[in-house]
Amino acid sequence: MSLREYTCVVCPNGCPLTITCSDDDPPRVESVEGHLCPRGIRWARQEVEAPQRTIASSVLVRGGEIPLASVRTDRPIPLEKIPEVMQAIHKLVLSAPLALGDVVLQGAGGTECSIIVTRAVGAATRNEEGVA
Amino acid sequence: MNVEERDLVIIGGGPAGLAAAVSAWEAGCRDILLVERDRVLGGILNQCIHDGFGLHTFKEALSGPEYAARYIEKLRRTGVEVREQTMVLRLGKDRTLQLASRGSYRTIRARGVLLAMGCRERPRGAISIPGTRPSGVFTAGAAQHLMNLENIMVGNRVCILGSGDIGLIMARRMTLEGASVAGVFEILPYSSGLPRNIQQCLNDYDIPLHLGTTVQKIHGSRRLEGVTVAQVGPDRCPVEGSERYVPCDTLLLSVGLIPENELSRDASIFLDPRTNGPLVNSRFMTRVPGIFACGNVLHVHDLVDYVSQEAEEAGRCAAAWIDSSESCGEDSLPVLPGEGVRYTLPQKVSSSRDTVLSLRVTAPCRNRSVVVRSSGGKIIARKSLVRLHPAEMIRIPLEAKGLSGISQLEVALG
Repeated sequence: MSLREYTCVVCPNGCPLTITCSDDDPPRVESVEGHLCPRGIRWARQEVEAPQRTIASSVLVRGGEIPLASVRTDRPIPLEKIPEVMQAIHKLVLSAPLALGDVVLQGAGGTECSIIVTRAVGAATRNEEGVA
Repeated sequence: MNVEERDLVIIGGGPAGLAAAVSAWEAGCRDILLVERDRVLGGILNQCIHDGFGLHTFKEALSGPEYAARYIEKLRRTGVEVREQTMVLRLGKDRTLQLASRGSYRTIRARGVLLAMGCRERPRGAISIPGTRPSGVFTAGAAQHLMNLENIMVGNRVCILGSGDIGLIMARRMTLEGASVAGVFEILPYSSGLPRNIQQCLNDYDIPLHLGTTVQKIHGSRRLEGVTVAQVGPDRCPVEGSERYVPCDTLLLSVGLIPENELSRDASIFLDPRTNGPLVNSRFMTRVPGIFACGNVLHVHDLVDYVSQEAEEAGRCAAAWIDSSESCGEDSLPVLPGEGVRYTLPQKVSSSRDTVLSLRVTAPCRNRSVVVRSSGGKIIARKSLVRLHPAEMIRIPLEAKGLSGISQLEVALG
């Protein structure tokens, strides 16, 4: 058994939670204290037993009006998968033009997620290519 | 020289300018010019590639560029004229503007002007850290721009001074790009970032947050070699004997934002020393008739959703004023911050108009109420909150009907 302290991030109340966890791997939530509503318990379970995150980065673009396109995972991924997903993103090189929402990689890093473009990148005019 | 006549000129094409332009158009204003000094619209959102924007407005966690795109798309469906790569050099209190862009310089006289210039970061000079002046010291937002937009990695071993959200976001960003972040140092006894960012940007990557600690000295000749950090006492001065040396090649500063009001000062607009932004009434009009302000140039916001909401209201008010020259100067009820409240906005309200008061508290606390009282002590509004934090803006609606016969309001912790 171990005690963990978290600040609940579900709503602006920001309840200070004290969570008792089992010693399993991954740990299981035994009890939660400090929450004002049931959402705090659900959040604590998720956060301790299977934390999920959305990850964003920027990727090189060839022939674009700007050198990088911003991208993110289209859904939250398991926290422990972040290194693999980032590795997959780092290998990407895209070609302009790119539209917002374009899927540039599916099943990144062995997860279910897709990597999507979050900013449209037009093709470079002759002038801008000179700069890049 | 030719003087161009316009109904409404909006200065700045970030989240505030975009939302204000759309709402002014929807309110019936048909001659709007939006001026943006960057190549593209969107402002700071373009470099904020992380998610979490739009939870209130769109009920989705969007990245910054996606949030901007939603408003740019709305703007494209209006007849608002946009001039990018154009900078307003001067604004007069008679609402004349001097605009410069490549190969052109023009003068515009506007019936209404809306200020939406945003804010900028406090630099090293504002906090006077002793030491040498090597390269490798960046504001967190400058590093974010270089990494996310210019493809320039700013360093490998990083210390961060200040625990504002941009600093926390950059701690994660640099870690994901292969840098090692030695720690985040915060002079206050509490963090000024959102709990979500403490968890997801620091704890997830085992980056330590050192509260009550500051950077005392910067070392290095050409490139930064390290910083001396020290704990501070209750007076915020370093405690002797607590100094330690942390080797690093990069120091990011996340030590606060300042509304960008050079143009406002030019136009003799009165600034509130508490917000560092213009003093406005409930219609977001400054003390200069026909000049309105909204977004981070008015006061620094915590969430972009609130910037958009405020700007939509300001845009509507500007359109109404241009349309009817509706008098905006009659708001007579001063709103003063009392015990535990750092500032309130707008600084004057009217008994003929519903208003949403924005405010911030001076220190973190729990289970307190924010109370709005008349000078006679009558309670006009009250909001009970579980968590109150200086980093988070609080909003309280005020109904006009409760304000008749009152000469002044005070907002304090109850």
